[in-house]
Amino acid sequence: MLVAPGAVVAGVFRRVMVSAILVTLPLAIAVGLVSVFTRPGATVLFALGPFDATLEGADFAARVVLRLVVMASALALFGLTTPVRALIADLERRGVSPRPAFALGAVVGAVPALAARARDVRDAQRARGLDTEGTVLRRLAAVVPLAGPIVLGAIHQVEARSLALEARAFGRPGRRHLLWAPPDTGSQRLARWLLLAGLAAVLAGSMTGFLPRLP
Amino acid sequence: MALELRSVSYRYPVYRRLALDGVNLRVDDGEIVGLAGPNQAGKSTVCLVACGLAPASIGGELTGEVLVDGVSVRGLAIHELAGRVGIVFANPASQLSAIGGSVFEEVALGPVNLGLPVDESVARTRAAITALGIEELAERRPDRLSGGQMQLVAIASMLAMRPRTLVLDEPVAELDPDGRRLVGEALRSLARAGTALLIAEHDRELLASLGARVVAIDAGRLPVPA
Repeated sequence: MLVAPGAVVAGVFRRVMVSAILVTLPLAIAVGLVSVFTRPGATVLFALGPFDATLEGADFAARVVLRLVVMASALALFGLTTPVRALIADLERRGVSPRPAFALGAVVGAVPALAARARDVRDAQRARGLDTEGTVLRRLAAVVPLAGPIVLGAIHQVEARSLALEARAFGRPGRRHLLWAPPDTGSQRLARWLLLAGLAAVLAGSMTGFLPRLP
Repeated sequence: MALELRSVSYRYPVYRRLALDGVNLRVDDGEIVGLAGPNQAGKSTVCLVACGLAPASIGGELTGEVLVDGVSVRGLAIHELAGRVGIVFANPASQLSAIGGSVFEEVALGPVNLGLPVDESVARTRAAITALGIEELAERRPDRLSGGQMQLVAIASMLAMRPRTLVLDEPVAELDPDGRRLVGEALRSLARAGTALLIAEHDRELLASLGARVVAIDAGRLPVPA
């Protein structure tokens, strides 16, 4: 109800939906299969061998998948509209230790480098004759010689970055004086308060029976 | 005397063999010392020990004495050493923080980590960027730079913390000829400004062009000046 309009306003609706669907797809397939074929119910839609697909199972699966998509969409919207440096600066300004925020930022920031390394390793292995195209089986077989160098390289890179950060006094305890603060406009503050008020209203409505019980 | 290793021996965690065995080394202010030797000779280990990352961060066992600005590093936390001795690694990309929105922010990270007031951090950052001659990169994204430019940013990031000694572990190993030239020029200018430089490097040509005093290391020992 809130994520979709938010994504439209931010101009990232398509990317949010694609990200959310891609992230939830494997889980959705598993939940769908397990729920539809194993959940007992009075209405049998069809039978597959010893398993009955029930309407109740499909209903349960649809609700679970919808919740997963909503959660993934909210996270995707947050990720796509919040620069990591802004998140770090704001958390730190509010007294949260920079370490977890920094670790998160470093992980997000390292993704392009990791992707570039994966491309380099793939090209190097191809040059030595590895077949990374063709049938699914061939592609799967090609994963093994690619995974080792990529994972080891990623570990080495994390170690190197960690040492470099240590050498730049990252481990120093105490408060830092940041050079930059993310912009916080009046409309952003208003939106935050409205969201909090909405959350409180939903919780109160659910607890008093005015709204349906929260799952 | 900016940096001195006195009879330093070091063993990495879980290894039985000594990586460094009785190393003596001294680097004075404004001096460039080149550490040359084959792979696995102990060049990188000298660098890690010299800046306090070994054993403080990576563990292991150290005997002997490492003096930075005449002060023993024994018992000092790494962040306490950060303003005295800096280290630059071979791979420029992996030593940048990956979250700096601009080169200026990336270079400022060290001073900010030291807890300096904003004015001081900004002044140090500007000075480091000017010293490396990378003013035109200040507003650019660090991850969009060439390897040579990234390495200059990494060096500037260390310089902004005002160390008297800079340790560089194969600083041009992953750079193209243009990047090598940029970094070489920057190192010469740093030494002229009084920074002590210890450079572990395969490339003897680079060391010669910097006018470095070259010492050879092999099997963790520093035998004789080469």
